[in-house]
Amino acid sequence: MEEKSKPKRLALVASKGTLDWAYPPFILASTAAAMGWEVAVFFTFYGLTLLKKELTATISPASNPAMPMKLPFGPEALQNFNIPLPNMLMANLPGFESVATALMKQSFKNKGVATIEQLREMCLEAGVTLISCQMTQEVFGFKDEDFIDGIDHGGAATFLDFASESDVSLFI
Amino acid sequence: MTEVAFDQELDCQGMLCPLPILKTKKVIDTMQVGQVLKMLSTDAGSVNDMIAWTRQTGHELVYSERNDTLYTYYVRKT
Repeated sequence: MEEKSKPKRLALVASKGTLDWAYPPFILASTAAAMGWEVAVFFTFYGLTLLKKELTATISPASNPAMPMKLPFGPEALQNFNIPLPNMLMANLPGFESVATALMKQSFKNKGVATIEQLREMCLEAGVTLISCQMTQEVFGFKDEDFIDGIDHGGAATFLDFASESDVSLFI
Repeated sequence: MTEVAFDQELDCQGMLCPLPILKTKKVIDTMQVGQVLKMLSTDAGSVNDMIAWTRQTGHELVYSERNDTLYTYYVRKT
């Protein structure tokens, strides 16, 4: 009989806090956990905001020149219409960020994509270790009570200790 | 259409990655070893994802088929 092997390990750094960049770490972490892997995600810099009780992640077309700006409702022809204006230009319109965020959330919902809150909850349920970067917490003045329950706190050494024994390690 | 005996059914139609995999895992966890789960999906990515997930977890992908945009999987818990 083959010896039961140690579970595989995934180590992630989540460094970005916008809505679009919030997805990759939570999707990979929850899926790896569903495959029986051990998973730890280290939330640092703007990524740390993804552990806040109140999620406020938004998306801005300003830093995403290739982001398709599409309507999530209306006739199909209209939905497939790409507004022929550079994102950099549109992003400068007042209130555009909240419009873009609302449109993207609606598109995700229409297409059957989970919300960040859902994925985060599934990560916790599956035993994924979510680590808050203590240094970032101090720098931005976040309090422990700003964050969801069930997370760990640590620094670079904490992450590297876990990552040193991991099979997959990604910086997001 | 092939009929495969199954013990539980899970409808993941209209869901995209990673929900079909996460839901499948949740239901499989509640089942007995040897039982079969029938899972329905409309996610074209689920074809490779279900192969990958069963390879990683050791559960057996007994049978799968596609009817237009509907994908059906039968997974035996190991």
